[in-house]
Amino acid sequence: MNFPFLTLITFIPLLGAVVVALIPGRREREIKLVAVLFSVPSLVLSLIAWLLYAQNAGEIKFLEEATWIPTLNAYYRVGVDGISLPLVFLTTLLTTLSLFYSSYTIKKRVKEFFALFLLLETGMIGVFVALDLVLFYIFWEVGLVPMFLLIGIWGQPQDRPQYSAIKFFLYTLVGSVAMLLAFIAIYMTTGTWNILQIPGLKPLAGNPGLAIAAFWAIFLAFAIKVPSWPFHTWLPDAHTAAPTAGSVVLAGVLLKLGGYGMIRILLPFFPDLFKQFAPWIGVLALISMIYGALVSMAQWDLKRLIAYSSVSHMGFFMLGLVAAAASLEVANPVLTSRAIALNGAVLQMFNHGIITGGLFFLVGVIYERTHTRDLKAFGGLSAKMPVYYGVMLTTALASLGLPGLAGFISEFMVFRGAFALIPTYAIIGVVAIVLGAAYILWKIVQHVFLGEFSEERWQEIFNPAHWHFSLDMARFEVITMAPLLFFMVLVGIYPAPVLNVINAATTALLAML
Amino acid sequence: MRPQLPTLDLVPLYPLLVVTGWAVLVLLADLFVQHKRALGYLALTGVIVAAVVTVALWPGVPTSFQNMAISDGQALFFNLVFLVTGALGLLVAIEYLERKDLQRGEYYALLMFSLAGMIAMAAAEDLLIVFLGLEMMSVALYVLSGSNQRDMSSIEAAMKYFILGSFASAFFLYGIALTYAAAGSTNLAQIGSWLSGRGIPKDPVALTGLSLLLVGFGFKVALVPFHWWTPDVYQGAPTSVTAFMSVGAKAAGFATLTRVLYSAFSPTFTTDWVTVAAVLAAVTMTFGNLAALVQRDVKRLLGYSSIAHAGYVLVGIAAASPVGVRGMLFYILAYAFMTAGAFAVACAVERREQSTTTLADYAGLAQRSPLLAAAMLLFMLSLIGIPPLIGFWSKLFVFRAAVEANLAWLAVLGVLNSALSAYYYAGVVVQMYLREPGRSPAEEVAFRPWRSALAVAVFLAAAATVVLGLWPGAVVNLLMGV
Repeated sequence: MNFPFLTLITFIPLLGAVVVALIPGRREREIKLVAVLFSVPSLVLSLIAWLLYAQNAGEIKFLEEATWIPTLNAYYRVGVDGISLPLVFLTTLLTTLSLFYSSYTIKKRVKEFFALFLLLETGMIGVFVALDLVLFYIFWEVGLVPMFLLIGIWGQPQDRPQYSAIKFFLYTLVGSVAMLLAFIAIYMTTGTWNILQIPGLKPLAGNPGLAIAAFWAIFLAFAIKVPSWPFHTWLPDAHTAAPTAGSVVLAGVLLKLGGYGMIRILLPFFPDLFKQFAPWIGVLALISMIYGALVSMAQWDLKRLIAYSSVSHMGFFMLGLVAAAASLEVANPVLTSRAIALNGAVLQMFNHGIITGGLFFLVGVIYERTHTRDLKAFGGLSAKMPVYYGVMLTTALASLGLPGLAGFISEFMVFRGAFALIPTYAIIGVVAIVLGAAYILWKIVQHVFLGEFSEERWQEIFNPAHWHFSLDMARFEVITMAPLLFFMVLVGIYPAPVLNVINAATTALLAML
Repeated sequence: MRPQLPTLDLVPLYPLLVVTGWAVLVLLADLFVQHKRALGYLALTGVIVAAVVTVALWPGVPTSFQNMAISDGQALFFNLVFLVTGALGLLVAIEYLERKDLQRGEYYALLMFSLAGMIAMAAAEDLLIVFLGLEMMSVALYVLSGSNQRDMSSIEAAMKYFILGSFASAFFLYGIALTYAAAGSTNLAQIGSWLSGRGIPKDPVALTGLSLLLVGFGFKVALVPFHWWTPDVYQGAPTSVTAFMSVGAKAAGFATLTRVLYSAFSPTFTTDWVTVAAVLAAVTMTFGNLAALVQRDVKRLLGYSSIAHAGYVLVGIAAASPVGVRGMLFYILAYAFMTAGAFAVACAVERREQSTTTLADYAGLAQRSPLLAAAMLLFMLSLIGIPPLIGFWSKLFVFRAAVEANLAWLAVLGVLNSALSAYYYAGVVVQMYLREPGRSPAEEVAFRPWRSALAVAVFLAAAATVVLGLWPGAVVNLLMGV
């Protein structure tokens, strides 16, 4: 029996949630400390798993298998490859940072917050490691309820948190029940829930109509989560209403659940259908990219702006995926382009998690001080908060795809692949990059940091009595951002450690289709 | 010549005899015992004894008692469901009646009698026994519904339940009569062999009998369009009664319905009743959920939700396969824990002077009584069908059976209904967790599992919802032997 890496990574946070729930509610310091400490082992273990995996990349590793419900043929079956490992690491990293950050900013109903957040972590990691459809579905739903409560309870009152929470809940649920039906249909024809075996069994091959229905049902679930236009409308509400840490995890991890599902389940299960419908999905990706960017540019609420930018950036991911799926040829140059596009797509998910997670933390920084996110209320903050300016500028530039920072690498790879395979889409898609630069430079950098600083306006929004840390970024905020900045620069300059792992898995996946 | 008395083999009736005997015991003890609470515990002991007897009979004994009763796996499984429901109902009542100043010995005796009726229904191999059990259960429930004489809505509930229930019994009896006319017997197995021996063309008299029986069952398990009494009765009856009857009466109805359809009217009429059941299931779940969307009163909301769940159960029956039956059995067990648990929480939240609980009464429950709210959260999520709770598996099993039986449309509709229902179940969660406590917090029972019987009931139901959700295999293995 090998060391059960994945079981530990997945369930230590759950244990933490139970422990937190048992601590009396008034011992807030202890609750916060315990919660942060319980998130650390998963982070460390996922890093070790990554390093071990990198030595010999390619196939599924750390497999664990146990019978669970024999009559249903459902197994407890977990394992990771180069596609899921970076996402597992992303989840554990962002969760630890979120818990650490929240231990300074969460004031009400502390115990519930930390217990729910740890439960959420278990659900998210579980989706990335599950290799059995029943298990996958269970983890998929487990994360739903804590997130619903996080948005609803700790959301800012002016952002209609209850409405946003219910909207998030119902959207996701509609998608997932459709997915469940498709899973049942697949099980009927293949007799197994094993995610690794089903592609070889050609699910629903004998029944094209049902196969198409199943394909779109699963697509719907993942497209809602990604989110792709036109299923994105829950996102701006949920992201805006959620507390800072909730937004970070929503953007950083929850969107990736959908993207991961498309790569792990939709593409391998139905490669032919994916190819057949690729033009349509590509159109959805383009609309998401451009529409997301345009709407983003029109926002005056900083958090909403970043929320919409997620729609745009996850559109890049979808474009890369569509490029990889648009052809099933394995001739060498084509396969190379497909691999580049898919690598770009996976790396885009990782980068988006790091960058947008960071951006939401940074919105939190200014919001905690001023209790407003109105872009018109700021201006000239670069002199007042130089460290904040530096960190925000770096993160924002990473987001718009400045070479040398993480975002560039993945966007470049997506377009490199897409130009070779679906050139028309790629040409149209480039517009989104220009628009991205526009809203980031114009809206974020200029409106918040440049321009005239008005003392009068500042007095209106900033009340020193309500803020006990330094005006510029406080130490806990710097500590929160430091690892994210590190990865932005590392991936930007030397992406090999991440890409090698991803590439090994994507080429294996594409060769199998 | 002396009359030859047939030998009576009472073994399959042991659980029934224990419960009936114990009910009489409770009734007698009522004369001598001052503390009526103690009678509740006495009744609870009886339920536990009956459960032990039921388990001892596992995996079942063959038909006996003049071929009128059977204790096969299915009957025993239903017995366990009834007894669990009865135990939860008693635990809830002990506390609730005290608070409402309704403590009376007959309550516990009547509950036991109604339990006996349910057990008789599940064990029935003969339409006469079915009717006997049905009446025994129903009459006791009519009285229980009206047991709060000071409350007009309780009296109204009893009256309504009684009148509509009598109608249902009349339909049912007429159905029995016509079936007897067609098949010459009231024994289910004999009806089945007679009808299938006769073959095509189908006997119109038997078909009419089947229809009337279905109407009768439709009333009892509250299928749309025979459900009109349900919300009023569930809302008006004392909440402890609702907790018991919303599960018990429904489970008993389904127990008999399954047996009647599968042994008397199969295979000759299978296609007929499958169509009817599928349509009724579709209508029932859709209507139940739609109506629940607009409810402001939690008992009423749960009433409509229970209608919707009857529809899901019927999906399992409509699948007309062993997988479907097992799915249905699992569903009923899950439903018992979720619904009885939810009503138990409603009992705890209900104020002394009220007989209803509005959604607003739940505002801020998570802060006033975190454990109670957490339990209710589990029940709501499980009723939606969120994994890994028990309600998820029950839905998975019946929908899978429907897909296998080429009723994919029914599964699709059921799944859409689950999503629809999420809205109103989530509404309860929103009240409990996202709203601040109102000005006058309801005086819910402090949730102290070691002190309060009600809390024990809530805890047991919540624990079952989680544990059987994580290890559904435990129940499924049991069902494989059914």
